[in-house]
Amino acid sequence: MLEVEELEVRYGAIRAVRGISLRVASGELVALVGANGAGKSSTLMCIAGALKAAAGSVHLDGEDITSGKPETIVRRGIATVPETRDVFPDLTVDENLMLGSYIRRGDGKGVAEDRARMLSLFPRLAERAAQPAGTLSGGEQQMLVIARAMMSRPKVLLLDEPSLGLAPVIVDQIFEMIAVLKKTGVTILLVEQNVGKALSVADRAYVMRLGRIAASGTAAEIGAQTDLSALYLGA
Amino acid sequence: MTFAIQFLIDVLSLGGAYALMALGLVIVYGILRLVNFAYGELIMVAGYSMFLVGGSGLPWLIMAMVAVGMAVLAGIATDYIAFRPVRAKSVTAVLITSFAFSTLLQNAALLFISPRPQTVPLPDLFSETVTIGGAITPLRNLITIAAAVILLALFALLMRRTVLGIAMRAAATNFTMARMLGVPANLIISSAFAISGFLAGVVGLLWIGRIGTVVPGIGLEPLLVAFIATVIGGMRSLSGAVVGGFLLALIDTTLNYTLPQDLLKFRDAFTFSLVILILLWRPEGLVKGPASGQRT
Repeated sequence: MLEVEELEVRYGAIRAVRGISLRVASGELVALVGANGAGKSSTLMCIAGALKAAAGSVHLDGEDITSGKPETIVRRGIATVPETRDVFPDLTVDENLMLGSYIRRGDGKGVAEDRARMLSLFPRLAERAAQPAGTLSGGEQQMLVIARAMMSRPKVLLLDEPSLGLAPVIVDQIFEMIAVLKKTGVTILLVEQNVGKALSVADRAYVMRLGRIAASGTAAEIGAQTDLSALYLGA
Repeated sequence: MTFAIQFLIDVLSLGGAYALMALGLVIVYGILRLVNFAYGELIMVAGYSMFLVGGSGLPWLIMAMVAVGMAVLAGIATDYIAFRPVRAKSVTAVLITSFAFSTLLQNAALLFISPRPQTVPLPDLFSETVTIGGAITPLRNLITIAAAVILLALFALLMRRTVLGIAMRAAATNFTMARMLGVPANLIISSAFAISGFLAGVVGLLWIGRIGTVVPGIGLEPLLVAFIATVIGGMRSLSGAVVGGFLLALIDTTLNYTLPQDLLKFRDAFTFSLVILILLWRPEGLVKGPASGQRT
């Protein structure tokens, strides 16, 4: 379904992503793990259209979406939850969710159903629906951006470091939610530094190091590798 | 009491006009993080449109709608001509193209119309006076207050209750994220320029209503006023622009009332001194804008 071929991302002279290839099948949850600076987020942002590809291609269901505009990519069915969370702090929780369904403006009934579904999945958001998103805690903001992304009814959800900066108990809750979302049938590409957590929910995983894929396999295979830290750190 | 009423009307009418001017400038700045230096020329376009349709015999309200419509079109044209082609390149490029577009419009007015002031048709209402609580005031001041109240309310409604308004507020905070949710960049930016043009058009009519004529350089003072009001209020905040507009009007009017006749010609120097003091106290302006954001 989502196919990335020989993708390269550059920041000026720096090659952050050096020709990586990966595949995510329909309904699968694939983790992209690696140390800080490995190029995981750049890969994700390039798929989302927020960064231009210097080389390589991205296909969704066989259609070339390489270097599309962000607003076009989401219309094709890819929703993104960036690492920086990026709630709109001055907008209420409800307004944030409404913007998540921006591409479905004509479908009032469906949007209302999805909003109800998201608020039942994340009851903390229901309690704070009328509050400005900037007043939410970090964990609640993470829940909001995931719910907001799901409001577009994506085929593929790109999740960037959902555990970043959150307390362990909140991280557990977030990963429980991700497991629930997976059961709804959405395809997920999860970028995560917390490799244990990522592998606990993933079907397959890729390990990235210095802009390249250093290893790939099922979550169990990757988890069983005794030299995972070596792959991670290049030691 | 009479004095207080007179003072209040003066502050509110001048403040209403300043607030609308500032909003027109900040709506574009909020999204693009770029000052549209051709903003004053949108007011000029409204003025010359009134002048050009002046002999048509149309009712004044229709002429006013044509003038505002032309300012909206000029606003959208600013986006297409001065901003869109260079928006992604550099801040300097956009600064220069917006200055160039401003000069182009001014020179077009000089060349094709005249450097001399041209009389603009105004309804009799604009020259009538009314007495309120013993204070005699031009009716146009009350019209300005009413127009400001209605437009500010409509603007607040647009930004808080419509999908476009909410998307624009989101884009002002984090444009890339808004785009990643499917909000089209070009639609949001063109809408901001159109709203800016609309506000400039209405302000143009109210501004020209005070002087009765239009000249090619008429936009300079409103641009300066709008810029100062947004800087005082906070460049990133829509409510800040309104606060800044009214505060600047309060300063101007107070100085008008209190300065001795000999010093009145130095009023702007006093105003700017106060502005500097305000900025030393609150360098980011009086109202803080959204917490994050970046230029596109």
